[in-house]
Amino acid sequence: MDGKGGSHLAGYAVSPLGDAAVTVELGSGVDPETHRLVTLFSAYLEDHPPAGMIEYVPAYTSVTIHYDPLQVYKSVLTQSEEGTESDWLALSPYEIMQRRIRDMFDQLQSHEETTPKLVEIPVCYGGEFGPDLEEVAAHNQLTVEEVIRIHCSRDYLVYMLGFAPGFPYLGGMDKRIATPRKKTPRLTIPRGSVGIAGEQTGIYPIETPGGWQLIGRTPVSLFLPDRHPPTLLQAGNRIRFYPISREEYDRWSRRDP
Amino acid sequence: MESTGSMSIEVIKPGLLTTVQDLGRFGYQKYGVIAGGAMDTFAHRVANVLVGNEETEATLEMTVVGPTLFFREAALIAVCGADFAPTIGDAELPLWRPVWVNAGQTVRFGTARSGVRGYLAVAGGFNVPKVMNSYSTYLRAQIGGFEGRALRESDELALKDADALGRRLIRRLRSADRKHETHATVPWHVSHALIPRYSSSPVLRVLPGRQFEKFTEESRAEFFSRPFIVLPQSDRMGYRLQGGPLRLAEPAEQLSEPVAFGTIQVPADGNPIVLMADRQTTGGYPKMAEVISVDLPLLAQAQVGSEIRFELVDMNEAQQKRMMLDLNIDLLKQTIIAYAQ
Repeated sequence: MDGKGGSHLAGYAVSPLGDAAVTVELGSGVDPETHRLVTLFSAYLEDHPPAGMIEYVPAYTSVTIHYDPLQVYKSVLTQSEEGTESDWLALSPYEIMQRRIRDMFDQLQSHEETTPKLVEIPVCYGGEFGPDLEEVAAHNQLTVEEVIRIHCSRDYLVYMLGFAPGFPYLGGMDKRIATPRKKTPRLTIPRGSVGIAGEQTGIYPIETPGGWQLIGRTPVSLFLPDRHPPTLLQAGNRIRFYPISREEYDRWSRRDP
Repeated sequence: MESTGSMSIEVIKPGLLTTVQDLGRFGYQKYGVIAGGAMDTFAHRVANVLVGNEETEATLEMTVVGPTLFFREAALIAVCGADFAPTIGDAELPLWRPVWVNAGQTVRFGTARSGVRGYLAVAGGFNVPKVMNSYSTYLRAQIGGFEGRALRESDELALKDADALGRRLIRRLRSADRKHETHATVPWHVSHALIPRYSSSPVLRVLPGRQFEKFTEESRAEFFSRPFIVLPQSDRMGYRLQGGPLRLAEPAEQLSEPVAFGTIQVPADGNPIVLMADRQTTGGYPKMAEVISVDLPLLAQAQVGSEIRFELVDMNEAQQKRMMLDLNIDLLKQTIIAYAQ
């Protein structure tokens, strides 16, 4: 049995994720070029959803399409495709998805790219909101002010959302403030907490347990279940942190509970 | 009668974990929002079909110990999935068929005898707001379902009016069965050929996972030759299994990538976890295998301590079984429509 069941087609690889999903790999590492392809392919799927697709989920190096096998199979009867109908009806839904993905890649080159949106995130650093800020500074032989300045000095790319609703996997943190996770994870991390884990930085959209070093908190809601889209950030956005005082934080929280 | 406009069911006892679920919250995994939904989608779908609902209506999912429910008004219900030995008044409440519950009756569910999860559908469905296009309860984010949480004592579950098919079913049922004071039902039920056989030693068919080849030959052979025990830490998020340890041929750092209902991932300790309805949207552990769709209900109904075995099948077989199941449920729908005429 071929464990991967994958087929390489012109620079990308398609492989099954169970009997109702397919993963399309577009690269092998966390890099902006792979991310560009992930964003491009996602935008294409958004505008031209293949018949039977339930949803698509972008990740660091891949996009996964969840589909309904019966709807995919039935769609062959109602859509005119290349080749004869009987040819397509002999295929499994997975094989039909494979062919459709191949056809999509022929169209993809001409699909328009959009400019990434920049989202600015206010953060109240240190104090009760950032109990680990001094530990992060000490670990890197920096002052607290230097850690804040470095954390705010770059734009971060939102590679994907996952782990919790609206949680951004961010790339691009300066290694000078990298700090290992806490040895003992906290049982609850309040929502809005901004933290560092290894060479990653992130924001907790909902209260959850976790082992990140907490350096501050944002008053901005990242998860908005009653709005569409339900998250402040989307894969492909760029974000920039900027420091605010405790007074500004409180004012913001009153305005945007 | 069947449409008073403000019908409700009162929760006398909530049971161990009773939540409102539908088929899941789709289209939001890209935002990190879990799919959720019924653990045993087959029992959920069939329960809805039996009362004339769309499969996407909400049902009550009960777990291990079921609730006690007071029906202020009469309602058409169906209970599918695990056998909680339910009663209505002094009578047994039959499973896998439509049942008309008279006003003022109490339906009591006990402890699950076979399987662990039961589904109660009501004609018309439960009147809870949709959040992100789904009725499913997302416990960790405290949204969806009934106030974003499991049911509690004294909750009032509002019901929607039955639609035309549900109303026809009710009329047919009430004229056909006048034997009981508490309820009316039918002499038939969903075919045993269609209902999965819940077992404490189920065999689950799987497809190879995306990192299957990265495991040692020994671990791959072991995966298909030994039983894995369901651990008590298993929940709606995942079934934790003991067995192995399953090892990678070479240690490898893996980036987070999407997972699916039925993904079997193996963390560093070598014991597999089967991801279930409330799985996170992405995961960074290597994937040994994927449980095929039609066998997921068997796992959703497996109790703690069950011995799971895995068997390899190919994609064609998995998808044919899945499509056959969907067509059988369609056939059941047609049968219900014909019965209600």
